[in-house]
Parts: sequence; structure tokens; C-alpha cells
Amino acid sequence: MSIIFVLIPVLAALAILCGCKARPTALIASGLTLFLGVGSVFCWKADVWSVTLQVLSKPSIHLAMGFYDGMSLIMVLLSVLVLFTAVFAGKAPEGSQKLYYSSILLIGAGGLGAFLSTDLFFFYAFHELALIPTFLMIGMLGTGERKEAAWKITIYLALGSIILLAGLIWLVSASGSDTWLFKDLLASKIDPKNQTGIAALLIVGFGVLISLFPFHSWAAPAYAAAPAPVAMLHAGVLKKFGLFGLIRLYPMVSSGMQDWLGWLIVLLLCNILWVGFVTINQKRLDMMLGNSSVMHMGYIFLAFAALVQAGGAAANPIAIPAAVVLMFAHGISIALLFLLTDVIRQRTGTVELAELGGLAKSAPRLAFLFGLAGMASIGLPGLANFSGEVLVFLSGFENYKGEGFGCVQVATILALWGVVISAVYILRAYRQTFQGPAISVTELAKDLNLSDQIPAIILAAALLVVGLYPNSLLSLLKKPPYCSGCDQSIEQVDK
Amino acid sequence: METLAWIILGLPLLSAVTIHLGLKSSKNLSAYLATGSAFVTLVLALIILMPETENRALEWATIGDLKIEIGLQLDSFAKGMMIVVTGVGFLVHLFSLAYMKDDSAKERYFCGLSLFMFSMTGIVMAPNFLMMFMFWELVGLSSYLLIGHWYEKDSAADAAKKAFLTNRIGDFGFMIGILMLWGITGTFTFDGLSEFFDGAHPEVLVPSVTILSISILLIFMGAMGKSAQAPLHVWLPDAMEGPTPVSALIHAATMVAAGVFMMARLYTSIGVDTIGHLWGMNTIAWIGGITSLLAALMATQQDDIKKILAYSTLSQLGYMVMAVGLLDPEAGMFHLFTHAWFKALLFLGSGAVIYACHHEQNIWKMGGLQRKMPITFLTFGIGTLALCGFPFTAGFFSKEQILESAAHSKQWGLFAVAALVACLTTFYMLRLFFIAFLGKNRSDKANHAKEVGPLMFVPLVILAVLALLSGYQFLANNLSPLYNHEGFHVGAPFIASISALVIGGFLSWKLYFNAESDPLANNSLCKIFRNKFYIDELYAKIVGYAQDTVAAIVHFIDELVINGLIVGGFSRAAGGIGRIFGRLQSGNLQGYAALFGLGVILVIYLTVFVS
Repeated sequence: MSIIFVLIPVLAALAILCGCKARPTALIASGLTLFLGVGSVFCWKADVWSVTLQVLSKPSIHLAMGFYDGMSLIMVLLSVLVLFTAVFAGKAPEGSQKLYYSSILLIGAGGLGAFLSTDLFFFYAFHELALIPTFLMIGMLGTGERKEAAWKITIYLALGSIILLAGLIWLVSASGSDTWLFKDLLASKIDPKNQTGIAALLIVGFGVLISLFPFHSWAAPAYAAAPAPVAMLHAGVLKKFGLFGLIRLYPMVSSGMQDWLGWLIVLLLCNILWVGFVTINQKRLDMMLGNSSVMHMGYIFLAFAALVQAGGAAANPIAIPAAVVLMFAHGISIALLFLLTDVIRQRTGTVELAELGGLAKSAPRLAFLFGLAGMASIGLPGLANFSGEVLVFLSGFENYKGEGFGCVQVATILALWGVVISAVYILRAYRQTFQGPAISVTELAKDLNLSDQIPAIILAAALLVVGLYPNSLLSLLKKPPYCSGCDQSIEQVDK
Repeated sequence: METLAWIILGLPLLSAVTIHLGLKSSKNLSAYLATGSAFVTLVLALIILMPETENRALEWATIGDLKIEIGLQLDSFAKGMMIVVTGVGFLVHLFSLAYMKDDSAKERYFCGLSLFMFSMTGIVMAPNFLMMFMFWELVGLSSYLLIGHWYEKDSAADAAKKAFLTNRIGDFGFMIGILMLWGITGTFTFDGLSEFFDGAHPEVLVPSVTILSISILLIFMGAMGKSAQAPLHVWLPDAMEGPTPVSALIHAATMVAAGVFMMARLYTSIGVDTIGHLWGMNTIAWIGGITSLLAALMATQQDDIKKILAYSTLSQLGYMVMAVGLLDPEAGMFHLFTHAWFKALLFLGSGAVIYACHHEQNIWKMGGLQRKMPITFLTFGIGTLALCGFPFTAGFFSKEQILESAAHSKQWGLFAVAALVACLTTFYMLRLFFIAFLGKNRSDKANHAKEVGPLMFVPLVILAVLALLSGYQFLANNLSPLYNHEGFHVGAPFIASISALVIGGFLSWKLYFNAESDPLANNSLCKIFRNKFYIDELYAKIVGYAQDTVAAIVHFIDELVINGLIVGGFSRAAGGIGRIFGRLQSGNLQGYAALFGLGVILVIYLTVFVS
């Protein structure tokens, strides 16, 4: 039944292409997924949610969907939140309504499909399918240097996907598993000789998709050029696919990952510090946000590095929850920031920091929500990102016993300097955009209207809920994993 | 009883949220709501002061054995500090009702004050370091919002940003320190720390005493940010861009003292004796001493009434940090307690003067206010005496204890610094007092000044009473967060403080009584003091070079090398192939995307089938 999460937006997209009114259809469909997503948080136990359908016998590939574990549930929740708000915030140009809304729905469907798949093949394929409308939207309906940005993201992500695919195929064949189902794969063993190579391909392949340094330079221009809903969905949801995949597949290649721990740490620190400095130097709001989203991926990688170093979730139980909470938090906060930046562009006609100023006077609600999202992204307590970041830092020190520092502790300390860097660029941008005397472009700018406010408030509320009470998300992670076929819940194992 | 404590924490938050969501249009109602909530919290804080209370906590984040809790630590330390926070807080709210009467964003101001009361309460009652850190950041936020209250002014917006960022640097160390201490002891809670150390010698408990010492010093970095200790002191004088009552509450009496409070909390949890065995703890005392000396020197040459008070706050905070560093948190907290009252008094007094002089802040354009504003004159005079440590005022007793602890631990260098600072304090405070209040009116604004209304002078009078009496045992015993009076005797500290008072007072009288302009204005040494030792300029240069230039270079390399040459080479090669395909096909992106999709599916199928 969980395939319904994919079917609703896909069918709605088809309906739009067949002539249904674009915006209402898209709103209803995404609203329905939001309702179901939030609903499934509360009725977790229902077994009707999973489905398995063999589509190929040799090799054995299943269209298998369901909530594999709490992590899937949280990522689905993130996807439906961002999908609904992206549709709501969308403003299609005249004449492109159909393409615009159906693409957004397809991107959302792809993301949801990937997070719900319990079969490795469909996990990969759904993400690929989501990329196609992403490229199209950037290339056709984007702003600024859209063609160049679209080419760049297409080439990068296509290359990354191919490398990833090679890694996945190697992984499956080395595991000796009969099927591509996660439950079978994760139950199998891989020879450590093969693990090193597989891990390298996974890190590079997933890494490109997550904009891991030095494969990050596609991200900022693509987000800057993309229509706001696409930037929200890609930066907020699709980018998490890579991290999700790394964490999901980690148990199969744990020793292989350990071989690359040093590199992983160097690269994630480059994400945080190097890209952090690049972000400070940005002159445009959208480019700054794009780079900041690259930078913040480094923190999630840090939790992953802590997991790798400990050798598994048993030795570092904080790492995975930390990564998941931060993925959720970052997805929501960056979506909100892109949404509001788009409003700034509409109201003032520019996102150049030097051309803005004093917007808080004429648009106080915009200023408040942007300030809230900005504060979230620099890790202010009470907002979701802090909950994630503090857990990430704790996971870095989980196995520290008061002697000399290990590499993960050193990485954590250096990463903490990134918290200062984020504060520098966000406060600078806020100061430049909203504070100081009003100037001609901002003086008469209109404040948020209702249709901008509703999606912004939904996202802000999500940031507040997780920020004020992170156990709301963490408790979901504690629920027993189940999916089609994996009826062995933790409770049963305990018995 | 603990329900009452939760109300103290929750009520200001409720007030802030209500004002923000519902009362934007009714400015007066917002002001009354915030003031009312401050009053109720003060009453509740007084009620829970005496009885025994249980500590109860709420699980905020739980992963396996890791439990991060939001709770309330209701010991006498926290309860005493709550009296300071809610007491000064309520009086400042009251004062603000008049001071901010005509402000166009009054509701935003009171919302910020309520948010601050909430965050500060959280710091004070936090039972563990992580909760304290969260509220620590939140007071930073409320301070940012209130400094930037008049954000249309560039100077205010810049000052707010500077305050937040400087604090972030401190918090960088603070967080590392918390993480390390957690690694070493396995706990975040203060109770857990005292259980772990239990007065024992650290060598038997931890693998490395050096690492433990480093973690304490890193935690101290947080205090350096919040309590504006050198070299992170630069934000506090700029923070005077905020409305004056805010300066009184946040940047003089409570928030800036949070660093001292936190260190005292840490020292008492771990145990002063255990701390004494660690390495490098003298650094803390010396940073406090140096800050207090530098700030006192800078204060001697400022002309802005609020700036003088700001540097004096820095200097007094240095005193408190020095006392804590000298392993005498009781003395530090006692000075925090008395200082809160008389410094809030001085700031509110300066607010009354600024209000009456139509936003004139330069003391050389005041003068002769003793006739125009007798109540303000009298209360400000009391505050000045208390700050100078005049015998039998509150400041005298607490300053005495700090000198005592320096003498007791035989730190004569620090003792000399403290005595010199005491002398300088008298000097610059009397300079301020003589120029602003005595002599004749030196401007029209001062000439037209009138005494302020009762909403403003009643808080001044109450604070003046406390500035006189809060040092005496009957009040300090019950209200001061930590207080340990060992009886008064005439010794080196007493002689030092009396002679400091006499020398500083005499010099100030000689130079500034009836002076028309500053006789030291052209002295080149004084110019250095006036320009704050050029530290701000130095930092601006460092930020300019180290941060912006590095950022520009990194960005350049990122664009050129990583994007352009290394990774870009790959993508150009691939792009070339793509373009060949593009020419074969329709030559546009749709074609490519469709091809890409088909290609991917084809590749997958082929690989899968072949294998």
C-alpha cells in the first residue's frame, strides 16, 4: 500500500498532462501525500503499508515498498512536507503550468519512491527518475544562467549515478544474495577484499549526489538557477538520497568504509571549512544558500564518519539518529530559505546582497520567517538543526574517554568552527538584506501574502517541533523496523 | 513548589509568544503583559526562595543511554540568582514602560525582553551543561534582537551582529569543553559532576589531568564570550547601541554575568579543591585581572555616558572572573549580586539623564543636572559610591572580599592589579559624576532637562536602597546566590581599598571638578586609552585579512581549480560527448534528458541481464 505515496503524485502529474487544472490538482495530490505521511507516523503498526511484487525473476528484482525502518518514515515525512510546500509556493510562468506542476509532482514521487523502496534496484531507479524533471525544470524554466547550470548538474549527477550504479552492481554480485531486496542484502556478507573497492565507488557515487567536496560545484549554480520549488525539493529532499543510501548500505561494507575513513574525514572537513569560506565570499543570496547547503552536508557526513570509525551502530548508537535528525532539519530549513529567497526576488527584483537593505521595515513577516530559518540553519537551540548538530557533535565524542584525541574528535572540533562560519555568512546576509536604512527597491516591497505564508509557516512549525522536542523524531527511530518480508521486528528478536 | 518554578520559566515565553502572535497591534497591552509577567516571576522567585524543592526533569532527547534533559536545578545558588534576574528584570520592565513610551516598535521591544527573561531563567535553573548551552545561545539571540532594536540604524545592526559573532567564538570553545568533559566524566549534569569528583584528587579519577584542565579552560571560553573578557570583550561597548534599559538588564546586571555564574556553577560542582589541583587555572584569574585593568583604563577617557558605564561593567566583570579564578566563587558571586543592583541603578540613571536631555549622551554637553533632576542625581550618586566601593555601601563589602581572596591566595600581582583598578574606578566614576551632574549646564539640552516621572524614578530609588544595603549580612545571607562571610577585619585589603578610594577621588577632583573640557585630552597615553588600545581596529584588520581575504582566495581556487580544471575537465569531456549526442539528436536539453533516462534504464537492464 505504501506505493500509494508514489502513485498519487504520478497519477496527478498524468492528469495534469491530460488537461486537468494544474495547480488545484497538484495541491490536492501533494496535500493527500502530506496527510498520508503524517498519518503513517501515527499508525505505524499497520502491516498493510508494505508491498512486494516480483518484476524480474533473474536477477530477482522486486517492486518492494514499505517503511523499512524509522529512518524511511522520517525521510518520507520530510519529502511530503517539502513536496506540499513546494507545490504551494510554486508560481508557474504563464503557459508552462502543466510542465511546471507535473514536474514538481514527479520529482516528489521519485524522492518518495526512493525512500520507500525496500529493493535496492528501485531505490536507485526512483532517484534517477526524479532527476530528469529536475534537469528539465532548471533548463527550461530556470532563471539567470539556467542552460549552463542545467548542463552542469546533469553531467555531474549523471556521472555520479553511473559510478554509483557500478558500485551497487558490484555490491550485489559480491554479496551473493539472490535478490536485490534490502533484507536479503543486509543479511549477507561481503568479502573484505571486495569491500574496499565497493566502498570507494559508493563514497564517490553517493558523494557526487550529496555534493561532497570536490564534487560540489554543481550545487550552488543549479539551485540559484532553478525555480524555487525545484531548489526546495532537490536541496531539501533529493540530496538526502545519497546520505540515506550510505547509511542504509553501511552495514554491508563496514570494513571497506573504514579503509576510507581518513579520506572521508578530509573531504567532509573540506565541505565544512573550505566551502564555508567559499560561502562567506558569495555576493548573492541564492548562491550563498546553495553553498551553505553544500557546507551543511559535511555535518551529516561527520556523523557518518563517527559511525564508520566506531565500526557500527552498536559501538556508536548516537551517530545514525544524529544524521537522520540533521537530514530532516536541514531539508526543512533549506527549503524554507529557498522559498523565502524566491519571495525576495519577486518583491524586489534582485537577490544581489549589495542591492538590498532595510527590508524588515516594509516586510516584517518576511523578515521574521527568514530570520527564523536563518537562525535554524546556524544551529540556534529550539530549532531543529540544533538538535541534529548537537547530536552529531556528541556522536563525535561518543567514544572519547579523556585521553588524546582520535581523528573523529579532531574532525568534530574543526567542524565546530563551521558553526562560527555559518553564523558569519547568515548574519551578514540578514544584516545586508533586512537591516539598515530602507532603499528604493525595498521601501515599497510588499510583505508575505497568505499563499506565501502558509507553506512558510508549515515548514517553520516543523523546525520548531523538532527543535523544541527532538524526541518527537527520535522516538520514531526506536520503532521496530518492518517491511514486506522483514517481519522480524526487534521485539521478536529480543524474545 | 516545582510547579511554581516551571511557571517562572514558562511565563515569560508565553508572554513573548503571545505578544508576537497576537498583540502586535496593541502596543500598550504588550508592554503591560510583559511587565506583568516579570512581576509575577519576581513574586514566584521570592516564594520559592526558602522551601525545599525537588528537581524534576523532562527528557528532551533520548538515544539509548544518552539522555539530554530539560529540568530545573532548584538549589539556593539558582534561587538566589533568580532573585537578581527577576528583581532587576521587573524594575527594568517598569522603567521601560516610561522610557520606551513613544517607540514605534514598543511591542517588539517588550517581546524581546520577555524572551530574554525566559532564556536567562533557563540558564540559571539548568541542571546540566547542555540545557545551559541551549539557553546560553538563546540569551545571545535576545541580546542580538535587543541591541538591534533600532535596526534601521547601521551602527545598531552592526553592533548586534558583532555581539552575536563574538559570542559564537566563545561558544565554539564552550561546546568543545562540554564535549570533552562529557567524554571524561560521562555526564552533563552538575549533580553528576559532583558525584564523579566527590572532592577527590583528579589524578586518581581521570586518565589525563592535562586534558581535564584543557576542557575546563575551553568551557571558560564560553564565559569569556558572554562575560566579555579580553580578548573577546569588544562586543560589549558596541552593545550600548541598544535601548538603555536593555543595557541595564542584559549588558550590565544579568546576561553578561552569566559567564561568572556558569564558572561558579562549574567550580562548585567539581569542587574548588579538585579544581585547585588542575593545571593552568591561574590563567582564568589573570584574564579577569587583565580585562579589569584594560577596561578601567579605557573608561577613563570616554565621553559617552553609556560607554563609560559599559567599560566599567567590563572592568567589574573582570573582577568577578578574577575571584572565580582565584578559587573563590563565593566572592565572585557576591560581587555579581551587589554589582547587579548598583550597575542597573547607574544604567537606569544614565537612561533617565539621556531621556531628560533628549538623547544627548555626551557628558561634556550635560552638567548642572543636580538642580534639574534631584532624585536622579541623588540615586546616581549612591550608585557611584557603591561602584567606587565607598565604605558601608554594598560595593565596599563585595570588593573587599575579592581583594581578600587575592591576598589569601598570595597572588600579589593580581592583588596589585585589583587595587589599581579600584583606584581607576573611583577616578573615572567621579569624573563622570562631576562633569555630568555638577558645575553649570553646558548645552541647551541640559538646560531644559526635567526630572523624570515616577515610573522611572521609583525603580531608581528601589535600586539605590539595594545598592546601599545589599552588602549587609541580613540581605546577602538570604538573597545572594553564594555567600560566605568570614567577618570583617582591618588588613591589607581594607587599607588598599581605602587608599585607592582616596587617591582616585583626589585625582579626579583635582582634574575634573568644575572642568570645562578634558585636561588630559591631548596626552598621548590617554589617546591610546580613548581609542581602546586600538584593539577594535586590530580586529577589523584581522577579520579583513584573515577571513575575507582567505574567503576570496578560497573561492577563487574553488572556481578556477576545482570547478574549472580538475572536476571541470571531466565534465567538459562528458559535455563534449553530450554535445555530440546533442547534434545527433534534437540538440536541446529535453532530448538529452530523455536520452539520459532511457540510457540509464538500458544500462541497468543490460548489466543486470548479462551478470
